[in-house]
Amino acid sequence: MSPSAPAVLGRLRARTLRLAELVATPLVPADYIDLFDPLRSGADLRGRLVAVRPETRDSATLVIRPGRGWLPHVPGQYVRIGVDVDGVRLWRAYSVTSPLDEPGGHITVTVKAIPGGVVSNHLVHHARPGTVLQLDQATGEFVLPTTAPTKILFITAGSGITPVMGMLRNAVHELDDVVLVHSAPTEADVIFRREIRALAATGRIRLVEKHTDRDGMVDVDELARLVPDLAERESWACGPTGMLDVLEQHFADQGLADRLHTERFRPAVFVTGEGGTVTFDRTDTTVEADGATPILDAGEAAGVLMPSGCRMGICFGCVVPLRSGAVRDLRDGAVTTAAEGDGVLVQTCISAAAGPCHIDV
Amino acid sequence: MTALQKKAHNPIAHLTEQDVTDLGLELDALREQIIASRGASDAAYIRKVITFQRRLELVSRGILLFSLFPPAWIAGTTGLSISKILENMEIGHNVMHGQWDWMRDPKIHSTSWEWDLASPSAMWKHSHNQIHHTFTNVLGRDNDLGYGIMRVDEDQRWSPFFLGQPLWNFLNACLFEYGIAAYDLEIGKVLKGRKDKALFRTELKAVWAKVKRQATRDYIVHPLLSGPSALSTLAANVTANLVRNLWTHSVIMCGHFPSGIETFTKHSIDGETRGEWYLRQMLGAGNISGGPSTHMLTGNLSFQIEHHLYPDMPSNKYAEIAPQVQALFERYGLTYTTGPLLKQLGSAWAQVVRLSLPNDFFAHAGSAVATAPTTLVRKMTRGEQRSELPAAA
Ligand SMILES: Cc1cc2nc3c(=O)[nH]c(=O)nc-3n(C[C@H](O)[C@H](O)[C@H](O)COP(=O)(O)OP(=O)(O)OC[C@H]3O[C@@H](n4cnc5c(N)ncnc54)[C@H](O)[C@@H]3O)c2cc1C
Ligand code: FES
Repeated sequence: MSPSAPAVLGRLRARTLRLAELVATPLVPADYIDLFDPLRSGADLRGRLVAVRPETRDSATLVIRPGRGWLPHVPGQYVRIGVDVDGVRLWRAYSVTSPLDEPGGHITVTVKAIPGGVVSNHLVHHARPGTVLQLDQATGEFVLPTTAPTKILFITAGSGITPVMGMLRNAVHELDDVVLVHSAPTEADVIFRREIRALAATGRIRLVEKHTDRDGMVDVDELARLVPDLAERESWACGPTGMLDVLEQHFADQGLADRLHTERFRPAVFVTGEGGTVTFDRTDTTVEADGATPILDAGEAAGVLMPSGCRMGICFGCVVPLRSGAVRDLRDGAVTTAAEGDGVLVQTCISAAAGPCHIDV
Repeated sequence: MTALQKKAHNPIAHLTEQDVTDLGLELDALREQIIASRGASDAAYIRKVITFQRRLELVSRGILLFSLFPPAWIAGTTGLSISKILENMEIGHNVMHGQWDWMRDPKIHSTSWEWDLASPSAMWKHSHNQIHHTFTNVLGRDNDLGYGIMRVDEDQRWSPFFLGQPLWNFLNACLFEYGIAAYDLEIGKVLKGRKDKALFRTELKAVWAKVKRQATRDYIVHPLLSGPSALSTLAANVTANLVRNLWTHSVIMCGHFPSGIETFTKHSIDGETRGEWYLRQMLGAGNISGGPSTHMLTGNLSFQIEHHLYPDMPSNKYAEIAPQVQALFERYGLTYTTGPLLKQLGSAWAQVVRLSLPNDFFAHAGSAVATAPTTLVRKMTRGEQRSELPAAA
């Protein structure tokens, strides 16, 4: 029996690939193809910034053409974006605000520049169309269930409107009864103001728009007044930590904890004080290290097999990924932090714990 | 090569302990200033060099598919040689030093980079970054000092074997990429039975695998892809590798071997302070003067002094700090060794030749030189340099 056509093609493909690898060694073929087509399928996921549209004075929407490997997101999910700021690659999460059928296969995220924020200010004020950004596939649990509940409440504040906007843009016509309680400091600060007002005007949603500079924060009593049928609704909330903490407490007190879904934008605050607990994940070893002991020494003292070299900060033989937490560069006091999944590479011989941290060794 | 500690005239005798401490502080401050200034334009620089090198390689190899035509052979071979030199020097060597790790780009990172050379990155990083850069020019510790087959120190006993060292050095230059691999394998130690056998076998396997892949690419796959031009493409690839070998060997010889550069005795660095470490780097390296293309093709190792002071500083910053470093040398009364490539190379080769002969050879033959004995001694000792064999930079 002769082999089937797909099998032959498959083998041919595998051979071509092997040949390409031989031709390209010690690099891989992708390193050369990336020079010409960084967005092709099979490449590391990237996206090209197509446009930056100002929303309010401190926020803007980025229109991104994702690479061909992009998988459709679920509205409400976020995408991790790697952007080079002053030459340094920094990753941040942003909720997808575009519907699934955005023209051109584009996706959008909407970023609010926070005071002192490195990435958000760069994206809002300095990002240039044409720039290639690093992307991860969209992920996140802050989404509507497959069969949407009949009565929905969205509680958002500031840039917390973004994941909700993603859901509304995609499926508002399929939702029967939506209440959106949204707060922002002033009218001018309301991101997507015209769009949500239009949705309210056509009766798609009931909008409660609060301007906190004038009205103050919405507290739980006011919320109960504004949304009397709160207990009948499935709720999604996104906004500042304080607001979410209060809401979670309130829903729990009412026995409604499982009806509230929240999305937090702020990573846990790192204690960058004296030293901290260092966990070497792969070897499952935990040690207390003071702020003056290099992680390399702390690990070795605990019997962890640490890569090392010159032990004076020049050879990089000791570089390992910091999975999460904070370390301080003993040379200049600069603190490097990583959120879960970042895997920022650090030199253990000149870095001390600056709070609890997880090292990938 | 007479170690600094044994010289009649000690070039750092005028420095007090406080001077050395101050020197260290000044150099630390300069480092901080430059590290803080790293930014988008530096990142753009290295990406541009990498993109240029890869395009040049693609185009050159493309042209070589038609290498049967002499103009194509010449253009392709030239392009490929330059591409390989850039890849090894300005890109590979510097990326593996961690000079670009601050960009946090996993594709341009010391832990992930693999270069177009026989020696696997991981092994080279160990012998180069950890041993050579830590023990720069310390006799008996910096394996780059002659590496067993060269006589690099006047105090090293002469034997007739060393008469051949100019030849060994030349052969090493021609086969430099394999020389580096052998060096990284610490063949010398292996022969003396001072290296763990199991480790050696693992490393040997890694080197052999890389050598095979590299050779298959340059000497089999690309020639075969060239069809009727197979033989001329083979010749082109051999030539490009040879050019790269000779060039990198020359650059590296210029870094530590020309006259004016000092070496240090084995125990002189025990308990060395930060300032003393800097001082050793300042005295143990030499620069090459020239224009931007010289700097680019030497991977900025034309700023060997600056590189040894700050091995992990982005290479494009060396030119920027060189005037400040030079001023520092002047203020502390130290000699900033530099010169054009050919002069430095000539000087380095003169050392190799001179040390291939017994110490007193010139003293006897050179009575014609009408110099006071002390000046002569100084001249000779100052000339003492260590032979920079593979992988020093
Ligand atoms: C799942 C998820 C989705 C997100 N979606 C969006 C989105 O759609 N739009 C958007 O604008 N942002 C969103 N964020 C927040 C975003 O990822 C960044 O945290 C934010 O842009 C700040 O980054 P930065 O580099 O500018 O600030 P940094 O330079 O990292 O921080 C500067 C200072 O601001 C503080 N800070 C950090 N984050 C916040 C914050 N959110 N509010 C106030 N202070 C803060 C820091 O503690 C620090 O003191 C999301 C975050 C997560 C985890
Ligand atoms: S061991 Fe050398 S930099 Fe850490």
